[in-house]
Amino acid sequence: MENIILEAKGINKYFHDPNTIQVLNNISFSVQKGEFVSVTGKSGCGKSTLLYILSTMDTDYEGELKIHNLLMRDKSEAELARVRNEEIGFVFQFHYLLNEFNVIKNVMLPGLKLGKYTEQEVEHNALEKLKILGIESEALKLPNQLSGGQKQRVAIARALINNPLLIMGDEPTGNLDKKNSELVFDIFQELAESYQQSLLIVTHDQEFASRTQRTIVMEDGKIIADSKN
Amino acid sequence: MKLKLIASISASLLMARWRQTLVAAIGVTFSITMFIALLSFMGGLNKLLDGLVVNRTPHVRIYKEVKPTLVQPIDKGANFAESYNFVHSVKPKNERLDVLNSAAIIKALKQDKRVMGVAPKVITQVYYNVGSVDLMGVINGIDVEAEAKLFTFSDYVIAGNYIDLKNTPNSIVLGKGVAEKMLVQVGDIIQITSSKGQMVNLKVVGIFQSGLQEIDKVNSYSSLHTAQKIMGESNSFLTDIQVKLNDINLAPEMAKEFQALYGVDAIDIQTANSQFETGSFIRTLISYVVGITLLIVAGFGIYNILNMMIYEKMDSIAILKATGFSGVDVNRIFISIALSIGLFGGILGLIFGFGLSAIIGQIPFNTSALPTVKTYPIEYNLYFYLVAIVFSTVTTYFAGYLPARKASKIDPVVIIRGK
Ligand SMILES: Nc1ncnc2c1ncn2[C@@H]1O[C@H](COP(=O)(O)OP(=O)(O)O)[C@@H](O)[C@H]1O
Ligand SMILES: [Mg+2]
Repeated sequence: MENIILEAKGINKYFHDPNTIQVLNNISFSVQKGEFVSVTGKSGCGKSTLLYILSTMDTDYEGELKIHNLLMRDKSEAELARVRNEEIGFVFQFHYLLNEFNVIKNVMLPGLKLGKYTEQEVEHNALEKLKILGIESEALKLPNQLSGGQKQRVAIARALINNPLLIMGDEPTGNLDKKNSELVFDIFQELAESYQQSLLIVTHDQEFASRTQRTIVMEDGKIIADSKN
Repeated sequence: MKLKLIASISASLLMARWRQTLVAAIGVTFSITMFIALLSFMGGLNKLLDGLVVNRTPHVRIYKEVKPTLVQPIDKGANFAESYNFVHSVKPKNERLDVLNSAAIIKALKQDKRVMGVAPKVITQVYYNVGSVDLMGVINGIDVEAEAKLFTFSDYVIAGNYIDLKNTPNSIVLGKGVAEKMLVQVGDIIQITSSKGQMVNLKVVGIFQSGLQEIDKVNSYSSLHTAQKIMGESNSFLTDIQVKLNDINLAPEMAKEFQALYGVDAIDIQTANSQFETGSFIRTLISYVVGITLLIVAGFGIYNILNMMIYEKMDSIAILKATGFSGVDVNRIFISIALSIGLFGGILGLIFGFGLSAIIGQIPFNTSALPTVKTYPIEYNLYFYLVAIVFSTVTTYFAGYLPARKASKIDPVVIIRGK
């Protein structure tokens, strides 16, 4: 139990526009250190909504969220930003790189924000991460000079820069072709196995899900299955 | 949060939209340029107009006013204390026209730390004799050196040399108007009649032009000693003591002080020339209003570009927030964008403003009223530049305030979901 890094307890979420609907219904589960968890379910069942809450970006929910045993409810906006910066790496479906910065600077930004290391050290770390993802040769390119798969790998490198507790992904392969999806999945798997990186990845790719260590299945805002693969 | 990181993010966002940013900055540059040029010109104008009167007017003038005694004998009688005084047409008693005890007063004034300088003066009515006609006139007997030092007397002597007034006995510097009426030039001898009927011959050693025709048509200058001689008085006879202070603002209070201390009449420059101060004030006010209006317009330009930038960079802002930048960080990023536009545009504006005022300062401007002025007057004052850069920074800060707040409040979930 001492290895729980993320814990959700009875999370409810409502949208009030246009009329009140409950999109998450009593979600409770936890993630252990080093676990590679996938979340699946039909489109519209509330996976993204859940992930935004777990990543502390959405604060409008009922229930308890603990990261590293700390209750997120009590934290201010700036403190939550700090949690996202330090403990969580987020990978989106659409790569979401900053087009004004080159690849390495994109990777470095969260590290510079954290301010734990000097700029040189952060740069060195960023290069290391890019190497793990096999794209160190693209370090000085601008994001719009990269392919979709390459961009997603840069985003993963950025998610890794502060050695986060947990990497979250919202359908990170959803926008990629088969070959690139494979590549990204292999990277996640390697991170989990070689680096004991905890991962929580939303996907509607059944094959992808079945290859992770544990799959949570959702339907209509509820968890209907949670099993080791 | 490290400033360097904020700065580098701001700079990148700026560079991505450098064309619009430049336009916004040029708006600031333009208004600051105009602001500086306007203030420098108005400042120059103020100084010039001040110079017309204020520079030539003592800050405090000590003199002797001939008037009936304030406390009349009847007021002293105890049995009339409750009564109404019907005695009309009280006349001043036969009094001397000079400042009593002037030598001691001057000595005391010269030791006063607040006093920059003292120039004694003898003013006397005369008639300039032109053939059979006598023209009314006034001769100002002055301490030539003190007058030159404190009231830039030498600037207004347009012919001859002012110092000859001191060196040549029985000499006079005529007002331009007087000289024209009398048809005399430097080197000629004129004859005057004193108020006591005495005729005196004086040598014209210079012509002066004050810029105020009314003065030039009547006034002339001689040395103190010459004026005293014309009046037939001793050389301790002074009608005025002109005092120039280090701080002009002390004048009203010091005038009162002298009045009480020396038992003389004293008037300060503010009371004597209140209309000039009002004029200066209005001119300065106009320049500030115009400058600030221009800046506000430029501020709207910055407001627009920032709003546009935020609209375009929603994704970037969302991603910054998702990766751990707080609302405050985002706010600072956009505030620093606004401030750098303001500072860049403002500094450029200072340079152009300096250039423009230098150009205005070269344009010929000749007026007979102001013999020493050859070009448009410009005041170069560091204070204007300071005010301008402070204004431009403050305006751009406010222009950036709302957009930056908007950016800091962007909800990353809404943006990310919207994709
Ligand atoms: N801002 C919103 N307002 C109202 N309903 C919303 C909003 N965002 C999402 N929803 C609804 O919430 C449900 C869950 O959405 P989402 O979490 O995106 O599903 P998933 O990611 O599993 O496809 C959907 O029915 C969606 O229509
Ligand atoms: Mg989704």
